Amino acid sequence: MKKFSSLSAKRKKRIVGVSVAVLLALVFSLIFLTPIVLTITNSFMSQSEINANYGSIFAKTERGSKVFISDIVNLKFIPDMVSFTQYYTVLFKSPNYLFKFWNSVILVVPIVVFQLLVAMFASYGFTRARGKLKEIIFFLYIILMLMPYQVTLVPNYLVSTWFHIVDTRWAIWLPGIASPFAVYLLTKFMRRIPSSYIEAAQIDGAGEFQIFRKICAPLCKGCLYSIAILVFIDYWNMVEQPIVLLSDTEMHPLSVFLSQINSGETGLAFAVATIYMIPGILIFLYGEDYLVEGIMYQGGVKG
Amino acid sequence: MFLSPSVIGVLLFFVLPFFVVIYYSMIDNPISGKFVWFKNFGNVFANEAFRLAGGNTLKFSLVAMPLSVVLGLLLAILLDRDIPLRSQFRTCFLTPMMVPVASVVLIVQVMFHYNGAVNQFFSRFGADKVDWLKSPHAQVVIIFLFLWKNLGYNMILFLSALESIPRDILEVATLDSANPFQIFFKIKIRYLTSTILFVTIFSLINSFKVFREIYLLTGKYPYTPIYMLQHFMNNTFADLDYQKLSAAAIIMSLVMVVIIGILFIAENHFGKDVEE
Repeated sequence: MKKFSSLSAKRKKRIVGVSVAVLLALVFSLIFLTPIVLTITNSFMSQSEINANYGSIFAKTERGSKVFISDIVNLKFIPDMVSFTQYYTVLFKSPNYLFKFWNSVILVVPIVVFQLLVAMFASYGFTRARGKLKEIIFFLYIILMLMPYQVTLVPNYLVSTWFHIVDTRWAIWLPGIASPFAVYLLTKFMRRIPSSYIEAAQIDGAGEFQIFRKICAPLCKGCLYSIAILVFIDYWNMVEQPIVLLSDTEMHPLSVFLSQINSGETGLAFAVATIYMIPGILIFLYGEDYLVEGIMYQGGVKG
Repeated sequence: MFLSPSVIGVLLFFVLPFFVVIYYSMIDNPISGKFVWFKNFGNVFANEAFRLAGGNTLKFSLVAMPLSVVLGLLLAILLDRDIPLRSQFRTCFLTPMMVPVASVVLIVQVMFHYNGAVNQFFSRFGADKVDWLKSPHAQVVIIFLFLWKNLGYNMILFLSALESIPRDILEVATLDSANPFQIFFKIKIRYLTSTILFVTIFSLINSFKVFREIYLLTGKYPYTPIYMLQHFMNNTFADLDYQKLSAAAIIMSLVMVVIIGILFIAENHFGKDVEE
């Protein structure tokens, strides 16, 4: 009897604990999701509804013209009337936004592809032959990876001026491709491939390049997805490099351009912001597990 | 041989120019090339804007770093047990990582504006309205954004560290009737030290990157409390003052090396505790 009551007390405690945890997690999820959800729902509002709701915030920069707007801001989750006009305008009427979106794509995709390619070779090199010199180089890579943009942008800028590639996309592509981030992660992964695999291949008479192509590369597939996701979000988000290295605003990616959208087009801005999120969200939906894996490699938990 | 493309790239774009940066930081100007040794560094340190930016960045990092470690750990602990909707919560916490900051900047402006939603919420409780981004509280907004973006990442790291703690140790502790707090502070924390250090390093590095958020929210010349080092660098880039730029870059890289060094040493020191 006594045993039973103590058990149920324990159970009660557990239930309380779990519900507190769920409640807290709910609160956090709400905070995390609100900005995203709001941006998406607001993109379905018409410009007049946006003005009516947030006019007092964005109108201040429009000097001279007097627009009637309410003083109070209504943060609204659900639009009065779902309208696709913003999307229609973005997609078919003002090519400028699509153009900037294209800029983002054209800046990011080559970096992701070629950084991974270069990293595959490099990490194979780091894995196969270890020597004092290679360890030092690898350590240098780690330090370099940890340096903030404030530091790395100065050398990048100097090289770009030497090669006369400032104000061209090469100024962003080349340092991005040479970035040590993917090398670091991939090397950590490759070093965990059992050396018996490689030895077996050697006994079968495989050359270095064959071992690389037939054994290491296929084993790294999952890891490559993870790294690709991490590299992609990093560069999809980029702001620092374009504003320093590209003085021609025509070439700026959408991330920079979004902050400069003028106040008359806030409605559009929400739609553009939503479109800009889509690649990230899609990748996330399909590759959440890869992302989690990638973070773990980075954290060394799995390294 | 396999290394060469990458090593050439790194040498060309990071290492070699960095030596030039060192050279530039010690000369008078690139044309005369006269050595002035450490005068440029002195100038940078004396520069009002640099001091302001450095101070603000330091202040920000000192608040943001511990908060993101503690809250990230808290989230991980929440999800470390069997709770309903566990994987859905994980997804929710991770989503901000995938969303470009530029996309949510508008909504953050709406929330933290003088007439914005946050003020309205607080004014119901009788608090005064503040124009967040143009007040001494501007850093609060940035810290919020920083945490919003980075907590999911930290949580994943802590979560996988918590999962890797050997179960039998925890079971023995429970049998010895240790309460959850004892288990956490006496056992789990020990296994977490290296992760905590790693998350601290990463939060620190990310806190240097917060310029992005501020730039998108407020442009090149923000309100003073959020004028960060990267603003200083950017505005110096605009002047093309190579000496100032180089000296500042070197100062920052030295600071980073020192910080990273300290943390590595700390990890070696504390990390051993568990491995035995």
